[in-house]
Amino acid sequence: MTNKLLKVAGCVLLIIGASSCVQVKEYQKNRLNDAEMVLGNRKVEKNELNFESYREAASGANAGKTGGGCGCN
Amino acid sequence: MKKVFLSVIGFALICRLNVHAQTIDSLQSKPAPSLYTPVDEPEKRSYDPRQLHVDEVDLVSSYYSQNGDHSAITGGIGSERVTDLSNGLNLKLVWGNPDYKKNTLDLGMGYDYHTAASQAWVSKTGASKTWGNRLYPSIDYTVENPTLRNTFGFGAYYSGEYNYHSLGADIHFSQKTANKNGEFTAKLQAFFDRVTLIYPSEFVPQPTTTTTGGGTVITTASGNTVTLGEGDHVKRNIPTSPRNTFDASFGYSQIISPRLQIMFLADVVGQSGYLGLPFHRVYYNTGKDTIEKLPSNRFKLPLGFRANYFLGDNIILRAYYRYYQDSWGVKSNTAGIEVPVKLSPFFSISPFYRYYDQTAARYFAPYEAHSPTDPYYTSNYEYSKFNANFYGVGVRIVPQNGVFGWQNFHDLEIRYGHYTQTTGLVSDVVSFSLGFK
Repeated sequence: MTNKLLKVAGCVLLIIGASSCVQVKEYQKNRLNDAEMVLGNRKVEKNELNFESYREAASGANAGKTGGGCGCN
Repeated sequence: MKKVFLSVIGFALICRLNVHAQTIDSLQSKPAPSLYTPVDEPEKRSYDPRQLHVDEVDLVSSYYSQNGDHSAITGGIGSERVTDLSNGLNLKLVWGNPDYKKNTLDLGMGYDYHTAASQAWVSKTGASKTWGNRLYPSIDYTVENPTLRNTFGFGAYYSGEYNYHSLGADIHFSQKTANKNGEFTAKLQAFFDRVTLIYPSEFVPQPTTTTTGGGTVITTASGNTVTLGEGDHVKRNIPTSPRNTFDASFGYSQIISPRLQIMFLADVVGQSGYLGLPFHRVYYNTGKDTIEKLPSNRFKLPLGFRANYFLGDNIILRAYYRYYQDSWGVKSNTAGIEVPVKLSPFFSISPFYRYYDQTAARYFAPYEAHSPTDPYYTSNYEYSKFNANFYGVGVRIVPQNGVFGWQNFHDLEIRYGHYTQTTGLVSDVVSFSLGFK
């Protein structure tokens, strides 16, 4: 577990370090600003995330539910 | 010679007239002839972007249908047939401050109606009701400071159904880097839930009544002792048990190039209290049944990664991966890919695929596999070893003149997905999202 965490932390630092050299100007962001490029869930996915969190043991790290609500059935 | 002389005089005259035509006075008094019709002096605008206004209204509805053969209510066997109709309405209000801060208030209201075949078997005779409702309002306030490139906010939520009540709150913060190519986000959430202790009918404690000289003493199902005088009645309250969840969510997004952006996500989640459900049965290998029993603490650590890449002019790749581990022994991987294809600037179609696997929790065993000596036991297949596939397609319509020509009807999304688990559980979900501006 510790090794995995270190690897992930290493990747994060590597990518952040590498990307700090690149600067994308505002006028170059027309594609990044496209609605489909949003780094998050679509509104229409909301209920999918709910049923996944109820039917599977894993949850979180996806801006979905980590608590609250029962999902009893 | 005479013709040449007259031509020179005529040309000189035309030139002089043109010179006069270019004087400032004439420009001001007579506009130059043009096809362009100048707009009159604009009236004083009544619209002020800083005034409180409704920025967006979203309506999301879903229909979910599921079937399987491992219901936890009947100890890991029996129908898992469930249908759920879910509706959510979100209202986003925006207003500005004199110092150019932007305030956003999100108000949400959700309502679900579900049916569950297995719910009938909370009663040993199959006579319990098979349907239920859930109501879940929410509120969130965020203030954005464009000068400091940060946001701060807080929210609250409630979810109520017959046997479960949840109250939640959060605070959240985000900070963009100086070049606005990176953003750090943090959110602290807490949920304070109450689980109503509805046991399978054969385990419901029965109230006892004894009569003494001072009156009638009733020991209720919840263990309370009540002394009644003549003509008094006791209301039978079903006891509840707390379940608390604390979650710290962190994210960092980074623009790598004009076509690529990535994001790292990490949650640290701690839960305590009654983490099982009181109406889930477990059958021992002796054939005798009991109520699910799980530890009163759980620690979860999910780590996620997203990458979105704009390929060419019409195709976008949306990728997601999550590793998950918890203190009950579950380890899981989730990987997803979605490929929106823009058939026009206003219409896109998005096929998607999601793969999921998990190991079993150390407290899980199927029907009649637990030993009476096990300290914890569950036959809920949510905690079994399985993998799952989820695939489908979505359509997004954002016409320039509004959906169906209705200017305020900004966007429409329709999405269908088919989900299968190796446990045999199969489900379908269809969702609609309507956005109004």
